[in-house]
Amino acid sequence: MPNLNVPTFQELILRFQRFWAERGCVLQQPYDIEVGAGTMAPETFLRVFGPKPYRVAYVQPSRRPADGRYGENPNRLYKHTQLQVILKPPPQNVQELYLESLTAIGIDLGKHDIKFEEDNWEAPTLSAWGVGWQVMLDGLEITQFTYFQQCGGIDLDPICAELTYGLERIAAFLQDVDSIYDIVWARNPQDGSVMTYGDVRLKEELQLSVYNFEAADVEKTWAHLNLYEAECQDLIRQFNSLNSNKETSQQERERFPLLGAYELCLKCSHLFNILDARGAISVTERVGVIARIRQLAVGLAKAYLAQQMPAKAEKKQNVEVA
Amino acid sequence: MPHFLLEIGCEEIPARMLDAALTELTRRLAELLTRESLLRPSDAAQKDGDDVAWQSSFATPRRLAVSTDRIAASQPDVTEQVLGPSVKVAFKDGKPTPAAEAFAKKTGVDVSTLTRVSNPKGEYLAATVTRKGRLAAEVLAENLPKEIQAIYWAKNMYWREGKPERFVRPIRWLVAMIDDRVIPLEFAGIKAGQKTYGHRILFPGAQSIPKADEYKDVLAKCGVIAGPKEREHRIRKTLDAATRTVAGARWREDAELLTTVVNLTEWPSVVLGNFDHQFLSLPEEVLVTVMRDHQKYFAVEDSSGKLAPHFLAVLNTDSDPDGLIRHGNERVLRARFNDARFFWDTDQKTFLKQRVEMLKPVTFQKDLGSYYAKAERMTRLADRISAAINVAGIEVDHAAVKEAARLAKTDLTTELVKEFTELQGIVGGLYARAQGLPHSVADAIYDQYKPESVEDAVPRTREGAVLSLADKADSIAGMFALGMIPSGSKDPFALRRQANGIVKILAEHGLPVGITTLLMDALHCYQENEAEAKFTHTGDLFKEAIHTFFRERLEFYLREVKGLAYDVVNATLTASADDVVDAVARATAVSSVRPSPDFESISTSFKRMKNILRQAAEANRRVAHPYDSSALKEQAEKTLAAEIPKVASQVNSLRAARHYEQALMEISRLRPHIDTFFDKVMVMVEDEELRAQRLGLLQTLVGEFSSIADFSEIVTERK
Repeated sequence: MPNLNVPTFQELILRFQRFWAERGCVLQQPYDIEVGAGTMAPETFLRVFGPKPYRVAYVQPSRRPADGRYGENPNRLYKHTQLQVILKPPPQNVQELYLESLTAIGIDLGKHDIKFEEDNWEAPTLSAWGVGWQVMLDGLEITQFTYFQQCGGIDLDPICAELTYGLERIAAFLQDVDSIYDIVWARNPQDGSVMTYGDVRLKEELQLSVYNFEAADVEKTWAHLNLYEAECQDLIRQFNSLNSNKETSQQERERFPLLGAYELCLKCSHLFNILDARGAISVTERVGVIARIRQLAVGLAKAYLAQQMPAKAEKKQNVEVA
Repeated sequence: MPHFLLEIGCEEIPARMLDAALTELTRRLAELLTRESLLRPSDAAQKDGDDVAWQSSFATPRRLAVSTDRIAASQPDVTEQVLGPSVKVAFKDGKPTPAAEAFAKKTGVDVSTLTRVSNPKGEYLAATVTRKGRLAAEVLAENLPKEIQAIYWAKNMYWREGKPERFVRPIRWLVAMIDDRVIPLEFAGIKAGQKTYGHRILFPGAQSIPKADEYKDVLAKCGVIAGPKEREHRIRKTLDAATRTVAGARWREDAELLTTVVNLTEWPSVVLGNFDHQFLSLPEEVLVTVMRDHQKYFAVEDSSGKLAPHFLAVLNTDSDPDGLIRHGNERVLRARFNDARFFWDTDQKTFLKQRVEMLKPVTFQKDLGSYYAKAERMTRLADRISAAINVAGIEVDHAAVKEAARLAKTDLTTELVKEFTELQGIVGGLYARAQGLPHSVADAIYDQYKPESVEDAVPRTREGAVLSLADKADSIAGMFALGMIPSGSKDPFALRRQANGIVKILAEHGLPVGITTLLMDALHCYQENEAEAKFTHTGDLFKEAIHTFFRERLEFYLREVKGLAYDVVNATLTASADDVVDAVARATAVSSVRPSPDFESISTSFKRMKNILRQAAEANRRVAHPYDSSALKEQAEKTLAAEIPKVASQVNSLRAARHYEQALMEISRLRPHIDTFFDKVMVMVEDEELRAQRLGLLQTLVGEFSSIADFSEIVTERK
């Protein structure tokens, strides 16, 4: 008889979502463009700007082509699942809230060892960083807890708290299994039959590892990257000239598709990761390509801020061009 | 007597920063109390240097606290005389003028109590004013927030809107008390009170501190051992107790890890966990790194000193009654070890030799290119070093050195090193051995980063020494040529440490390789590299920077590692500072002959000679060089002139054979002749020609005998 308090993978997600919804979070859906981390979804990368309070929680499948292991390694995935929570501004009791969320998924904190160990997060391609901890539960890192300080080269005020839970790790811990692929994803309440993580995802891990490491067409991937980048740059340029034109109405400014440009930027980042996994980027190129993507991200962050609060953007926020 | 307490309640402070922050807070409080005259003299006689014991300081991940009973309730009243207007202005016809009255009003006294004082400028009015000392609570409320804000953190953050202040992590509460009264201070939007917080999980909720001196006891009752020393003691004891459950086992002492876990816990306990002994087939280096660096576990060894299949985890909680925590930690370690084994097996599928090409996309330094290019340079450089050593009659296996240099960096492409970067080099060595390469190659690769600190050992083999030299010299030459020369606290690539390594290896392996040659060769190996186009510091600029940089490193080595006196080191290095082995031999010789009276006297004489020569040069006096001994007049100078070539030829042959101590003894045989010379002969005579000849004699003397050490640098007692 399975322990009913041990959640399946999907039950785990549901419990987290319920917990954070009850604490005022908007429940967003996963972003439908490839990202390397929940941070890159616009719900984080763009929403952290500006003074408006915001709370959001969402599951975000996160792709890291170089981390793929053809489904052969019990602890590593090409695509892992994060639960991302953004609290802007962070409430004073944010750590207590976080601990309560662990209780909510069925962890009896009194019987475990919890430590907050220094871990400062940094994403050079996003020109973003923060300070915080990795939260350790009985020696297992289950969450990255970050006080976001800067994003897209722009100092944040107010700052926000970012909680990134590693769902596979937490599920494996709760279910006490040694391989991610043995995690019970769903249990049919009618007949008790079980679908494991492996049933649901193994094939994808295998095939995308093959794609990323062996099959991706290097030349075409470069071409895609260049196309996306060019279009993204064009859009940023158009917005900037629109924005600096005194004739531009607020309405024109607001309808400009910076969100579309951001999606192009995400594409570039993912294509870069594929090329990197494919071993197709030389030393000299590498630094350059990272700088190109950072330039897009930083340009978009600045533009987005200008779009949100046209008058104050330049004055209020300390804008640094990376 | 009043008891003061300050506690800064904070979200978890990084373990590595805690000790320094506590020391700083303690110092800041001491300085504040002294500056504000709030430090009471101690009741017991205060001994010199007893400046720490009067404060108690506490630190856990969630708090920094200081307390003392040496605080005064208030500042002492201060009586002082304030000078007013001159008497001439202050009185007219014996009556006070408005100037006098204004002064009296300003100082708060009656005109009739004003006195008169005379100074060179004339007679002035004066008032005696007593300033009331302020209450300690008032002064502290005003000043402590500034002190809290001023604490240095390697990395800090904003957390409140409008970004009013920064700290290492958000401050969540403050306690500031004198006895049972709160000091009304406010920082970061938090008013200080009497409420503290105990252990997060074991004792949630606020706890009241009735009196300042009960702080430690209050915390002890709510799951916090406030003193780091006491936590360390408890951790040691519980590590011992847990280890005793395994017969013959010992936990491996690890000072750094112990400090870390002391700073990660408030209420530490220990569990002993096990792992499958099949993992013991992995190299111990890998297992220990996983346990120590990644999991902060102590390793356990059996009675023979071999790693045992157990680990010790330090918890931040009371106990583990259901064994859940042990089980969880075992699970994590199993996964980590499985990973390591998986990486090990995967890595074996591609031999190091096949990985050379894979270094092409791995960046060494952004302007210096890839590790592939570095390995090529290292191979060439290592070959040159080997050849130079061979010429000096020291054997080294050329082929092994070249092979090791070619493969040295290939482990950077392995999964194991990508996962456990701190094992670079070591993994390469282990793989080389597993892949059947000769021991000489494997050991050289294994030791390539040694010595990693001043205390660390040098590579075990000569081949390893050459490889390590090549690696370090290549990095230093490249960075210097780019103009990235360490200065002050700026040394991002730890070039000083690498240079210390070069010095130590040369000295301890006895390798007669000149530093200038080594680094020039290293720079030469960059020829035709892309990096060369970016070089800004080449030629003499490079040579000079290298010379200055390494002279400091050599000084450091001779003083700190060899324990030689600074003047001996200066005397030795002023003579020359290029050949490390030679410098060590010379410095040791100088150090051992230094106590002899002859040597002391010679040093004094050399200083005198140098002074005379300097003054002569400043006055543009001619120096006959070479001097003509037949032009000398006095017997004393003729004798000295006759002795110089005799002694010099002895000294030169001894010096060539590197018998420095004997050579120095030989030089000191000149002492009576030099002494007589200075007794009988006046150098700076009117006779221009004679003076020039005598100066020439001194110059020859100084020049001839200063190549082992510059004696004038020796500090002598007599002036």
